[in-house]
Order: sequence, then structure tokens, then C-alpha cells
Amino acid sequence: MPLAPDSSWLEEQIARWRTYLLHRRTIDSTDAAELEDHLREQVSALLEAGLAPDEAFLVAVKRMGDLDAVAREFAREHSDRLWKQLVFVPSAAPEGGSRAGKEAVAALALAVAAAMAVKLPALFGLGLDSHSGFYLRNASLFVLPFLAGYFAWKRSLPPRTLQTLGALFVAAAVLANLYPFQGPQSHTEILVAIHLPIALWLVVGVAYAGPRWRDPAGRMDFIRFSGEIFIYYVLIALGGGVLTGFSVMIFESIGLKIEPFVEEWLIPCGAAGAVLVAAWLVEAKQSVIENMAPVLTRLFTPLFAAVLLVFLGTLAWTGRGLEIQRDVLIGFDLLLVVVLGLLLYSASARDPKAPPGWFDTLQVVLVLSALAVDAVALWAIVGRISEFGFTPNRVAALGENLILLGNLSWSAVLYLRFLVGRGPFWALEAWQTRYLPVYGAWAVFVVGVFPPLFGYR
Amino acid sequence: MEISKDLIAASSTPLVLAILAEGDSYGYAILKRVRELSGGALEWTDGMLYPVLHRLERLGLIEARWEVAESGRRRKYYRITPRGTAQLHEERRQWQAVDATLRKLWSVSFSPPPPLLRPDPPAPAGLCPQGA
Repeated sequence: MPLAPDSSWLEEQIARWRTYLLHRRTIDSTDAAELEDHLREQVSALLEAGLAPDEAFLVAVKRMGDLDAVAREFAREHSDRLWKQLVFVPSAAPEGGSRAGKEAVAALALAVAAAMAVKLPALFGLGLDSHSGFYLRNASLFVLPFLAGYFAWKRSLPPRTLQTLGALFVAAAVLANLYPFQGPQSHTEILVAIHLPIALWLVVGVAYAGPRWRDPAGRMDFIRFSGEIFIYYVLIALGGGVLTGFSVMIFESIGLKIEPFVEEWLIPCGAAGAVLVAAWLVEAKQSVIENMAPVLTRLFTPLFAAVLLVFLGTLAWTGRGLEIQRDVLIGFDLLLVVVLGLLLYSASARDPKAPPGWFDTLQVVLVLSALAVDAVALWAIVGRISEFGFTPNRVAALGENLILLGNLSWSAVLYLRFLVGRGPFWALEAWQTRYLPVYGAWAVFVVGVFPPLFGYR
Repeated sequence: MEISKDLIAASSTPLVLAILAEGDSYGYAILKRVRELSGGALEWTDGMLYPVLHRLERLGLIEARWEVAESGRRRKYYRITPRGTAQLHEERRQWQAVDATLRKLWSVSFSPPPPLLRPDPPAPAGLCPQGA
């Protein structure tokens, strides 16, 4: 006769179950504690109803449901955890190893394709030196379609989405190359070169998020991805620079000049291919390097806030007016972009349920001081814009400033509401993700309307 | 009678909010209450309740705290927030509109109407079907 299971047997089973639960990486230890409490309650209710411990345990576990399905629900709710500890392997594909290998091959193949795309126009006599305007306008078109293709493949996007993505890239290529820009120093051409990548990056976002593009969590993941790929790209570029420097030096020591090769091949092809490699690294290695962007924002938020506050104080103390240079607005645009980035990436890594803390106060101080500084600058510039004249650069810079100002102002309102406990934190995230198309719309407007509006100058 | 997955998912928010509107509670007790009220018609998978609770918590509709229960274990209790109460009123309005529409239709096409949905006036009970 087998021994009747006692309470220590039950404890052991529950401990095992908990370990099994914690293996799901989207369920953290507090969730596990909550679920365990549930399981124990269920078991004791069943024991009271007269079941034997082993029966009670089995029934309670069964009622809890399929743990894989439960873990997936947790993953859906806590996409931030998913991001930190990637389990984006499709649930029906347990052979994770070969999939990861396939992905590496696909990413490398696309990187090579992007690198070749950069050199393709040279076959038709469009040299990097002689047609720098062409390369400037089309830089993003050499790379981003491959990146979108990578995500389309990885997420197995439906044919309809693929068609839309393809149509958007074709439309962008047509638009960028149809306009008759005047001369090599055309301002509107440079504006197109700057704004086309912004618009196309959002197209990549649609491919990245796939069906989750309408979902704030999907867009937030894309924002996280954007920050991480930027960091990876900078790291790869630094490494590439070091490699290039050494290559030039060692070949020079044996009397060979490889600069032409470096300028014509290594740098353009490397820069294009590195985007794909960086994207693949972000996708594959997220769990190796914990998110970098939030760490950097933690570091720089206090510093930026301090600098801006000291600047405002100095401005008030000395009563100096701003020295308005002609293109100072671009500098202030960049300042707002940095502040927005600090806000976005600290928000993206924040536990949305945590109560307001000192860092949140600091964020609000940062945003408010940036708004104040920008308002001073804007005031000074608007006063003199008629004197400077409406060049395409200035109108574009002014438009961007207003868009960023709009975003940050409302962010400040939402953040303040959260600080005083009158609004939830997710409202801020929702606002940021809803605002994404605004940047795209403005970029499309600049690319499509500015050149004819300003006579292709 | 089995209620479809979609309907269970759609009704989970008003059910949880309405139960918490009766007083603070925790996962196991919420499930027990749903089972009692629906007479077993609403069968939730136990584990699936928790992602729902966490979503409502993130949306600021409910808030959570850990307490030591009489059994000596730590237990996570949930409480409805003013925002959650507002949401509950809104959900209630919507469900009543759906219910009223279906009722009118069914009272025309079948007579007598099958007594499937019979909401009671007080807030929580009005939101869930009272199965036999």
C-alpha cells in the first residue's frame, strides 16, 4: 500500500510548480507569489471538500489553466518584460536554435544586399563624387527597404501589408528623384535628404510592429527599438572607424595606399550594411545587454535639467537677450529632440504602475525648463523672422519646433497630472505613441511640398 | 451552457470592476464570486484572471496592495479607484444598451422570450447573467 501523501509532499509539489512557473520569463516573482497564493487557496478548499492532497493538487493545477497560455497572456500585458527578456519565439516553433540561425543568415544576406544597393548606381555612371545630391536624397532608400523587408520576413506580414509597404517605398523613390532641384547647393534638396529618412523610418515602424502598429504597446516597442538600434549603430560605427584607421595604417606601412578603397567601398557599404546588422543585434541580443537607452537617460536627465535651469537662471539674472543668429532655431530644435528622447526612453523603461518618485519630478523639471528655454528662443526668432526672410530651412525648422513644442507641452501637462495623482502614467505613453504619425506627416509635407513651394532652390 | 471565449473576455472588465465595487478582494475570491453569481455558466481559467487584473491596474482602474492574510501568507488585494468606478458606470451603460436591444429583438421573434438575461437593479449583479 502506498503511503498517503502528506503536507510535506504537497509543499514539495507546490515548490516544483513555482519553479516551473518562474521559468516563464514573462512571469516575475511577485506574479508567481500571487498565483501561488491562488493555488494554495484552491488546494485547501478542495482538501476541505474531502479530496486527498494529491487529487486536490492536480485539480487546482488543472484549474489554473495551461501555463503556456497564461504566460502568453502575461506577456501580452507586460510587453516591457518581454522586451527585456526576449521570448518573441512564435509559440508554435519550439526549435529555437535553427530559427535563430536562419535569422542571422537572413540579416547578413540583407546587409550584403543593402551594401550592393549602394554601389549599384555607380554601374550606371552615377559616381559618389559627381552625383553627391543623388546619393544624399536616396541614402535612406538604399537601406530602409531592406530593413522593412527583414521585419516583413521575420513577422510574416500578410501580402496586403507588403503591398502597402512596397508602394510607399516606390512613392518615396519617385518623389525624391522627380523634382528638378536647382544646382548643387539646393536647400530644398537637403531638406528632402533630411526628411525622407524620418518618413521612411515610420514605414519601417509599420513593418516592425506589424499588426500591432495600431496598438500603443506595439508603437512603444518600436520606439524602444529605435533607441536601441541607434545605440548599436553608433557602437558599430565606432568599431568600424577603429578598424578602418588600423587598416589604413598597416597597409601604409608596406607602402600601399588603400584610402580610395576605404572611401569608395568600405565606408558607404559598411554604413549601409551596419543598419541591418544593428537591427538584427537589437532583435537577437536584447537580453544580453539590458536596455541601454534607459540607462543613458537616467544618467543625462539630471545633467540636462541642471544645465537648462542654470541657463534660465543666468538669463533672468543678467537680463541678456538671446543673440539671435540666422539658423539658431535648428539648435533649439535639436535641444527639444534630446529632451523628448530623454523623456521617451525613461518613460519606456518605467514600470507604469509605480507611484510617482523623485525621478519623475526631475523629468517634469527638465521638460518645463526646456519649454521655457525654447519659448524664449522662439519669441526672439518670431520677432525677427520677417527680417531674416522665409527661407525653406527656416520654415522647416520653425515647423519642427512647433511640433516638438506641442508634444512636450502636452506631455508636461500629462506628467504633472500623474505627479499630483490625477492621471495614470500610461496616458503619457499613449500620447507619445499617438503623436508618432505627426512627425511622419510633417516629414512627408516637407519632402512633397517644400521643393515646389520654394521653387526647388 | 458554455459562454463563448469572446464574450467572457469582453465581460471580464465589468465583472471584475463590479465585484471590486462591492469591496476589496483578491484573485481567488473574485473567481469564486463570479462562479457563484453565474451559477457556473461563466467558467474562467483561473490563471487568466491575473493578466486581466494587471491590465486594469496599469490602466489605473484598480490598485493593488500586498497584505498578510489570516493564513499567514502574503496576498495581493485589489481595490477599485474612482477612475474604475467611472469606468464601471460607463461599462454598465453600454452593457445595458446591448441587453436592451437584444431583449427587444428576442421578445418580437420568440414568444415567450427565453429568460437568459435578467439583470437586477443593483450595480454588480446587473452586469452578469444570472444562470439557473
